[in-house]
Amino acid sequence: MLRVQNLRKSFGPFLAVSDANLTVAQGEIVAVIGPNGAGKTTLFKLITGQLKPDQGQVVFKGQDIAGLSPHRVCRRGLSLSYQVVSVFPRMSVFENVRVAVLARRRQVLRLFTPAVRLAGKETWEILQNVGLSDKAEVISGTLSHGDSKVLEMAIALGNRPELLIMDEPTAGMSPEETRATMGLIRRLNGDMGITILFCEHDMELVFNLAQRIMVMRQGTTIAQGTCDEVRCDENVQQAYLGGHGNA
Amino acid sequence: MHQQKLLSSRSLILVAVMLAALAIFPTMVSRYYIYLVALMLVTGLLATSLNMVLGFGGMYQFNHAVFYGVGAYAAALLTVRGGVNPWWGYLLGPVVAAALSLLMGLICVRLSKLYFGMLQISLGSLVWAVVFRWYSFTGGDDGMHGVPVPPLISSIDGAYYFVLIVTVVCLAVMYLIVNSPFGRVFESIRDNPERAEAIGVNVRLHQLIGLVIAGFFGGVAGTLFVTVEGSVFPDMLFWTLSLEIIIMCLLGGWFTFLGPMLGGGMVVALRAVVGIYTDYWTMVLGIILMLLIFFLPQGVLGFFTARLGRGQAAGEGD
Repeated sequence: MLRVQNLRKSFGPFLAVSDANLTVAQGEIVAVIGPNGAGKTTLFKLITGQLKPDQGQVVFKGQDIAGLSPHRVCRRGLSLSYQVVSVFPRMSVFENVRVAVLARRRQVLRLFTPAVRLAGKETWEILQNVGLSDKAEVISGTLSHGDSKVLEMAIALGNRPELLIMDEPTAGMSPEETRATMGLIRRLNGDMGITILFCEHDMELVFNLAQRIMVMRQGTTIAQGTCDEVRCDENVQQAYLGGHGNA
Repeated sequence: MHQQKLLSSRSLILVAVMLAALAIFPTMVSRYYIYLVALMLVTGLLATSLNMVLGFGGMYQFNHAVFYGVGAYAAALLTVRGGVNPWWGYLLGPVVAAALSLLMGLICVRLSKLYFGMLQISLGSLVWAVVFRWYSFTGGDDGMHGVPVPPLISSIDGAYYFVLIVTVVCLAVMYLIVNSPFGRVFESIRDNPERAEAIGVNVRLHQLIGLVIAGFFGGVAGTLFVTVEGSVFPDMLFWTLSLEIIIMCLLGGWFTFLGPMLGGGMVVALRAVVGIYTDYWTMVLGIILMLLIFFLPQGVLGFFTARLGRGQAAGEGD
């Protein structure tokens, strides 16, 4: 479904991503791991069009999407849920998600139909699915951190993506919230058939959730494979897991 | 589940009462007050048109008076120099303003926030300079006086009702737009343009359309001004007026729909009152602005909607 090849991006003299390679098949849950500064977030931004790669390919469903603007990438069925919460803070939770649904339905340029009559049902279903329906009318800027992260995901779901990319979905969450989010990710993948690519520092979560893992270090892919393969990989042990193979 | 109505019944009653009051108003007062209220309506419409992009789109449009002036000048020039029927002038004035807005928007929309505003000011000043210096065509700094107005609306009562009807229709249309998918998405761009882009919105196209809409209604306000005054002058395009329109939005409450209407009316009324006592109107305006920033950062209407416990009714506009 997604194939990233020899992707490269530098910011001035700093090489953020030097040689990233990744494949994601339909229906999979794939994790990207790597120490801080390994280039994970940059990689996700390159895939979703927020940054333009210097070289390399991003092939999604058979078409090269590298360098397309974010709204074009999104319309092809690829959504990003941000690491740093990025919602529409002055709008209610409900409207936050409604806007994403309207965008997917290509109804954003309608000038004279009241928005309250559009996309209400679908928005409501998404909020119920992620467990935010009781906070629908809350102004999103006043949500707790955990709820904001869930709203992040709800907005991304409003686009009804085929591939959902999540940048540290549980960062800063309490243990209960993390568990709930794990369950949610499983449901999205299992019930709704959404392919998921995420990065995360919480190794327990990664090994629990992911079917395959890609390891990055200093902007370069050093391994990709199943959990067991990655765990046993020598490079990975040296570079990342600190030699404790079964950590 | 969720409210499916555009206006609550309470707001509808309120609107009806206000309209009735405005409709019978001219039968009870002198010509001067009819003129003053007509001017308040025109100015309020102007401020509301700016707020389409300022409050609902988060775009720092610092040259909005230009579209007001260009709408007015286009109507006046078409009638006086082009010899067309004044009604056509009214129709085409806003279209010219919208076209100019589109042109400027195409140049500016790639810039963000303050840079956008700065470039808008410079382009606007360019238009002002042309109008100000081109004596043979625009009348230069004298402006144009005695612009013909259709007989039907040439009396002060006729002009008042014309202004009232057009203003109400424009407000209704803008209210629809603000509450349409376009308006919702525009608000999301105001809040977070990067994220809006990431959920599949063509942000620049959206902003450009917003600018054209604002320019159009600014032009409508300009043509209404011609109806009331029968004249146009270059000050209508000057950047100080643009600033005053922004202050009207802030004063009334720029996250509410009717706030700018209120702010525009207040500024016109205050200027009329203060003008009796002093020539230094701008000084008074400065003091008002200072007080506003310290005590009513949400604007007057924003303050009251918050007080009424409806908190963030921004955009609901009732």
